[in-house]
Amino acid sequence: MAVDVENGKVIKVTGNECPKGEKYAMSEVENPARILTSVILGQGLELKMIPVRTDKPMPKSRIFEAMNEIKKIKVQKPLSAGDVIIKNFLGLDVNLISTRKAEWTRNFQQEP
Amino acid sequence: MVTRELVIVGGGPAGMAAAVSAHENGIKDILLIERDQYLGGILNQCIHTGFGLSYFKEILTGPEYAGRFINKVKDMPGIEVSLKSIAVKLTKDRIVTFLKPGKIETVKAKAVIMATGCREKTREMVHISGTRPAGIFSAGLAQKLINIEGLLPGKEVVVVGSGDIGLIMARRFVLEGAKVKAIVEIQKETRGLLRNMAQCVEDFDIPVYFSHKISRIYGKDRVEKVSVIRVDDNFNEVFGSLFEITCDTILMAVGLIPENELIEAAGVRIEENKTSAPGIFVCGNSFKVYDIVDSVTEDSINTGKLAANFLRQNE
Amino acid sequence: MKLYDVVIIGAGVVGTSIARELSRYKLDIALLEKEEEPAFGVSKSNSGIIHPGTQNPAGSIKGRLCVQGNLLVRKISKELNVDFKEVGELIIAFNQEETRELLQLKKEAEALGVSGLKIVDKIWLRENEPNLNIEAVAALYAPTAGIISPYRMVYSLAENAVRNGVEIFTEAEVENIIHTKPEFEIITPRSLFKARYVINCAGLFADDISKMLGIDGFKIKPRKGEEFILDKKKENLARHLIFPLPSKTSKGVLIIKTADGNPMIGPTAEEVEDKEDLSTSEAGLDKVLVSARRLIPSINDKDIIAYFAGLRPVSGHDFIIRHEDKAPAFINVAGIQSPGLTASPAIALLVCNIIRKNGLTLKKKFIFHAHCKKTMQLFAVPFSKTKKLIKKDASYGDIVCRCEMVSAKEIRDAVKLGARTMDGIKFRTRAQAGRCHGSFCTTRIMKILAEERKLPLMVITKRGKGSEIVKEDRFHLRGGTGSTL
Repeated sequence: MAVDVENGKVIKVTGNECPKGEKYAMSEVENPARILTSVILGQGLELKMIPVRTDKPMPKSRIFEAMNEIKKIKVQKPLSAGDVIIKNFLGLDVNLISTRKAEWTRNFQQEP
Repeated sequence: MVTRELVIVGGGPAGMAAAVSAHENGIKDILLIERDQYLGGILNQCIHTGFGLSYFKEILTGPEYAGRFINKVKDMPGIEVSLKSIAVKLTKDRIVTFLKPGKIETVKAKAVIMATGCREKTREMVHISGTRPAGIFSAGLAQKLINIEGLLPGKEVVVVGSGDIGLIMARRFVLEGAKVKAIVEIQKETRGLLRNMAQCVEDFDIPVYFSHKISRIYGKDRVEKVSVIRVDDNFNEVFGSLFEITCDTILMAVGLIPENELIEAAGVRIEENKTSAPGIFVCGNSFKVYDIVDSVTEDSINTGKLAANFLRQNE
Repeated sequence: MKLYDVVIIGAGVVGTSIARELSRYKLDIALLEKEEEPAFGVSKSNSGIIHPGTQNPAGSIKGRLCVQGNLLVRKISKELNVDFKEVGELIIAFNQEETRELLQLKKEAEALGVSGLKIVDKIWLRENEPNLNIEAVAALYAPTAGIISPYRMVYSLAENAVRNGVEIFTEAEVENIIHTKPEFEIITPRSLFKARYVINCAGLFADDISKMLGIDGFKIKPRKGEEFILDKKKENLARHLIFPLPSKTSKGVLIIKTADGNPMIGPTAEEVEDKEDLSTSEAGLDKVLVSARRLIPSINDKDIIAYFAGLRPVSGHDFIIRHEDKAPAFINVAGIQSPGLTASPAIALLVCNIIRKNGLTLKKKFIFHAHCKKTMQLFAVPFSKTKKLIKKDASYGDIVCRCEMVSAKEIRDAVKLGARTMDGIKFRTRAQAGRCHGSFCTTRIMKILAEERKLPLMVITKRGKGSEIVKEDRFHLRGGTGSTL
């Protein structure tokens, strides 16, 4: 694909094989976004680390800020894949969701 | 000795897809043996996205992709799952021995599908001059340490190999707060997806050295630095091009090897998804190292069918 | 502060052999080791060969002790339940002149007391060593050569010594020794030790220790040996240990059967300056491959699955085992390179004699526990035995290392017996020594070590301080207000 850019804004996209390509090229230049995946700490659960993702792409520029927040999270109740862990993560229209089921650890039972 | 219709060794994407497929094709006595305490195989530690584009027409993370099949397996009463179970012996006439806490079991199977995945090429298999300090990890081990155990293997990393696994782990380290000083690739270009070059390397300004290799590893107790050298078209070192990179971690992402020790020890030869022993099949990465898991799923669904056909023919 | 009768410096095969031997007597004995575990110095790079006694200079101490040791090792390994296998050795000749050298070697060895030697011809070689280079014309066959695991030997010696009252202190590097006659004050980072007698078995650093007492008549010049381990699939590459004719300085590049089954080729012999230089090199690999292929042409570099280097603590041409009259009650046991492992039981007896002659009364204990329980290794037993073990303890069925079939029980037992590091677990159980080199089992082993030793994961090391496996644990990172859900 090729992109014509003026003043940081896309004015023309060529070479894309589908309409999604045009949208992607524009966002890559003007407002690059990425789905962020990482892991968060669990407590009392069968998994020490629970894999998570943003349910939509988030601005690339805020990724390290996101990671700092993620490192502070601790989950203490069971989760299913898809459960929202943090709504409107970083104040964006993006949720941080679990990608894996995690039940109570079998070593002991906790009251919720 | 107990007899089972179908025994599948390996509960990762290959084994699960094969089990589901065999069940859907009429086989209702399936024993699925998995060494970990969960199903899912390597997908459980592949927390990044990029899975399922072809098979589910969605972009999923590894655990999500695995979760789809785990749910299918759970819903099929004919599939019995044995976790924490490691197969230690396979014979030509389909006798499978496995160990689990508190038990050693020997099972006679009417058909066997081996779906044991693959293992990584390690530093030891590639002679790199120098010392043997702590801080040298295969990419898969580093991935497991970070994503399953929440442990950061190191703070200043040099990645050897620019395939997808190396690129993805480079990004993983950066996100966790480490510095990736370089990716060293012996070939002239990456074997990985361009998308990964963009999202793992360019996004984080990681220097990539194509046509280079690690010449020597330094460090007594922990990695301290590496020397890197350029290679020519014949992979010979180019004199005078040596330079050093300080680091405390070396990530080896230099290739995968199908895990076929049990089949080899049984004296069985792999012939596509079938083998030289009737009723023994192989699918997934232990048959052939695939680039995307969707291909593993297709391959394993097909193999599940083959096994089901074999069982029906030999009733 | 306790006054020990004897302090032994260095817990390698020599130090632990002496410790065990002395523990038969009513003595207070301390064994000091600078590394985190015994055998982490010279002994861990040992080839594991029990030599018959060939290739030692006539009249040498090491020759005499080698032959004696070869016999003693059989009894000791049985008592300690460490496997010893008599596999025999062949020194190969490729022409008439070399065959004449073989005859000379045979004569010298017989003078030292080596038994069973015979010269074998091409036909014998073709039949008994089928992969050997067909250009070989003859060989000196020494049937009394054998193989043993060098570190399992050290661990068992150490364990048995402790059972009989010896105290072992690791991470206890000797920084200085003050001869406050008639006693010694030994300074280590953690504590001070007082002793009536000091035995120096410090391997590469024996000259440094000796210098502390003003005895500097010898120097340890490290000679590096690089070794390359082949896949266990090639276990039957050779039936015997295979040697070329020796050179002036070394026995040459050998084809070694190891106690664990993997063949090993090497070592090189290169003088180095640095006593801590354990690096391998391209040149070393090339040299070893060329020499090994001369003996067994089918050796393929693709079969190499691991490699390492060791340093021989060389001082002159013979062992230095003597009481130092200029520093009374100080005994040097230095320059113990090959055949040190073989000679170690004989060295221990000799040192006992020396110490007795120099004033220490050796009164035998009423009870000496000569035996070590056999360390169970799942991969070495048939399934019928495995079943019994699992019935006794369910965690024998909990497999941690897939490549070498090592169970959680064996790993926990290893920690209880003294393993503190990942390498310690590897040498004792073989977990991490298989094809995948720990890619699968490392995390689980770290967790077991952390649990058994009640330590955080971040503190677990490969082989002692400075070699920690990981740098951070998310569990300890939380800090700040963070969100708890």
